[in-house]
Amino acid sequence: MIPLQAMAIALVAVFAPLVVFTRDIVRLTMAASLYAFSLVVLFLIFQAPDVALSELVVGAVAFPLVIVVAIVMQRGG
Amino acid sequence: MNRRLRIGLFGISSAGLTALMLWAVAGLPAFGDYHHRYGTLLKKVAVSERHATNVVTSIVFDYRGFDTMGEELILFTSVMGVALLLRDVREGADRPRDAVVSDALGLVGLAFSAGLLVLGLYVIAHGPITPGGGFQGGVILSAALLLVWLAGSLRSYMRLTPTPYVDLTEGTGVGGFVVTGLVALLIGTPFLHNLLPYGLAGKLSSGGSIPVVNWATGLAVTAAFLLLYNEFLEERSFVIAGKHK
Repeated sequence: MIPLQAMAIALVAVFAPLVVFTRDIVRLTMAASLYAFSLVVLFLIFQAPDVALSELVVGAVAFPLVIVVAIVMQRGG
Repeated sequence: MNRRLRIGLFGISSAGLTALMLWAVAGLPAFGDYHHRYGTLLKKVAVSERHATNVVTSIVFDYRGFDTMGEELILFTSVMGVALLLRDVREGADRPRDAVVSDALGLVGLAFSAGLLVLGLYVIAHGPITPGGGFQGGVILSAALLLVWLAGSLRSYMRLTPTPYVDLTEGTGVGGFVVTGLVALLIGTPFLHNLLPYGLAGKLSSGGSIPVVNWATGLAVTAAFLLLYNEFLEERSFVIAGKHK
């Protein structure tokens, strides 16, 4: 395993617990996006660009947007 | 169950899981050391057989096209489920005025939206050539349109994506995929058999039926996500309207 790959895995290992330990819903959305982004970097470094793109659009675009809309709905404003 | 017992249980089970995971990782083949028969075969023949330089796309939309159709129908069915559950509850709710008043936000959002729109179309169109394709490009397109709500107003977003037209696009996309498969069946070849001329590798039209199925998927995914956003947003404006009464 080359250092770059080890770094990508370490990045995922940093952001994954962040998602677990974040309690506030707005911060959780951002943490989940960051975690998704770290996965995108991981897939890219491990030479799976198609998977990286899918993860990018789902984890960093579609999922946070649905959550943001849900938060706005819940707050009624 | 008290806290100490739960933490103890978590400690034991997570240690066990970690051990199993490490064992699995230790047994993995080295990076780049790949010997699976199916993958090795496709890597050799895919480009010369289908003229599509992105082998992932030719697997997704051709060699394993039937699987992808199933996945697309899953997305279709779940979005239909959301629409069925949410749509009839809120007849005649007033749309709130919620235009974003910051000019800077509107301008930046508009610029991003235009850029994303082009990027989405690019990613779909280049599916058979470079990484990407109908699914990824479709989500990007839907995000470009949703930005109109985030940076503009719900009113202009709703005007841009009238639900009947989005429904129609969704149906056309999913239907296009299935019909491409059925046409192959009708002329006596297997379902979803690639029957169009393969074209020149590296061109947007290369891959025979692959670009057709790819664009159908792009339409279906864009519309599916738009419908999802629309249902959520309508639900939201219903909640707000209910509060005002």
